[in-house]
Amino acid sequence: MFELANPNRFQKFAKRILPWVAGIAVAAMGAGLVIGLFLAPPDYQQGESVRIMYVHVPSAWMALGIYTAIAVASGCFLIWKYPLADVLARAAAPIGAGFTLITLVTGSLWGKPTWGTWWVWDARLTSVLILFFLYLGYIALRNAFEDPTRSAKAAAVLALVGFVNVPIIKWSVDWWHTLHQPASVVRFDGPTIHASMLIPLLLMATGFAAFFTVLLLIRVRSALVARKIRALRLVQAGAGPHIDEA
Amino acid sequence: MDRIEAFLTMGGYGEFIWPAYAVAFAVLAALLAWSLRELRRNERTLRNLQPNGPDGRRE
Amino acid sequence: MTAFLLLLRHELKLSLRQANESTSAVFFFLLAALLFPFGVGPETSVLARIAAGVIWVTALLAALLSLERLFQVDYEDGSLELLAVAPVSMEVIVFAKSIAHWLTTGLPLLVVSPVLALLLQLPASAIGTLALAMLLGTPVLSFLGAIGAALILGSRRGGVLLALLLLPLLVPVLIFGVAAVDAAAMGLDPIPRLGVLGGFLVLALGLSPWVSAVALRQALE
Repeated sequence: MFELANPNRFQKFAKRILPWVAGIAVAAMGAGLVIGLFLAPPDYQQGESVRIMYVHVPSAWMALGIYTAIAVASGCFLIWKYPLADVLARAAAPIGAGFTLITLVTGSLWGKPTWGTWWVWDARLTSVLILFFLYLGYIALRNAFEDPTRSAKAAAVLALVGFVNVPIIKWSVDWWHTLHQPASVVRFDGPTIHASMLIPLLLMATGFAAFFTVLLLIRVRSALVARKIRALRLVQAGAGPHIDEA
Repeated sequence: MDRIEAFLTMGGYGEFIWPAYAVAFAVLAALLAWSLRELRRNERTLRNLQPNGPDGRRE
Repeated sequence: MTAFLLLLRHELKLSLRQANESTSAVFFFLLAALLFPFGVGPETSVLARIAAGVIWVTALLAALLSLERLFQVDYEDGSLELLAVAPVSMEVIVFAKSIAHWLTTGLPLLVVSPVLALLLQLPASAIGTLALAMLLGTPVLSFLGAIGAALILGSRRGGVLLALLLLPLLVPVLIFGVAAVDAAAMGLDPIPRLGVLGGFLVLALGLSPWVSAVALRQALE
């Protein structure tokens, strides 16, 4: 693990595992799609619409998991000053925001036949919406500074503050929802999950996680190349390493 | 033919299920395309910056 | 402690001299909240139902308005760097500044909120709870806000970025602030909800100066 903190070793490692992870992603998502759309039975209450679950729920897992990963990486970056942890956090953020967006849109598409409207201030969907804003804030702060070190550190602090707040927000939103909720409305996680549903769900989740890893490896590689370019430009500008002291 | 139609309409839920899957995979594909393009652009810039191999440096 | 009081006095003197900070927050609060009757109509029952929410949301936005400048002026004229090398810990500086921000924005908002409550038809029985809820909730805005204000120092985008960073974090304060007032308006016991707000305040008081100090030191590097 510590060896991978070296960017060059990471590049080599990434190159070696990329095809394998990509293979897992394609296979798991393909199998998940086939089973989820063709073979899994419709839910006795929600009918075929339950098939949206196979993209919605794994996306929600990814959205929360990636935010957690960003917070952990940010902590490693602030405490032990691993530069690679910061690169990982930065590379993961847009992917996490993407999964959050998928969760929101598929939730809305699932909500229409279930509740009859495109959006309901359901406790889960509302929490995901707030998570989406946490992601947007993180990405916006990362891009708000000229100086890359400053943006890295500020974003790391923000990620940790946001992460500490996630359970508080979740709990508050759940409480707020039960306060205002008439009990008759169908809960979003309504269907009890049978094994026949669990298989495509887990396949999709595996596929998404592998796809996330592929994206992450590509983006980290890209970021490391960009860093090299910055360093070279400084050298070529004739300023060399002095520029750091200016 | 009927089976294909039944599959596409999904018991009346097709208009929600198909867009859900389409959006999900469109977002993922967009992320992949964007990340790959960025990587290629960066690698090309790096190659132009160091024409004589990794140690190439203009004096 | 004496350093803290000196800093606080300095801050208050500064904001009194500028004086527009508090007045602009209060004016924004009044104007924004008083637009709502025009938006939703003058029916007493509708206004009474949304009064607590309107007051809380506009108070939150009014507090945000002035938060952007919490450290900005000191950062730009270099006095923040002087303070950083002074024999006072950064945490104390943040604490003094947050308290000063609350005294110049949160407190004035609290003072005028009963007037708004009357205009928006909030039941008179809930006005005491509104004041209490704002007494517990608005300092959270100042203290959590200090983290955001420290993080955005020196960034290209100011106010909108700050709002984007802070609003998701402030949702719990909004939820329980409104819920406490609603409980009182419906004749329920607001104490448990006020208790949660108090809990948020304790957390914010304990953690925020520490985190903001970390962010401020980064900004000065």
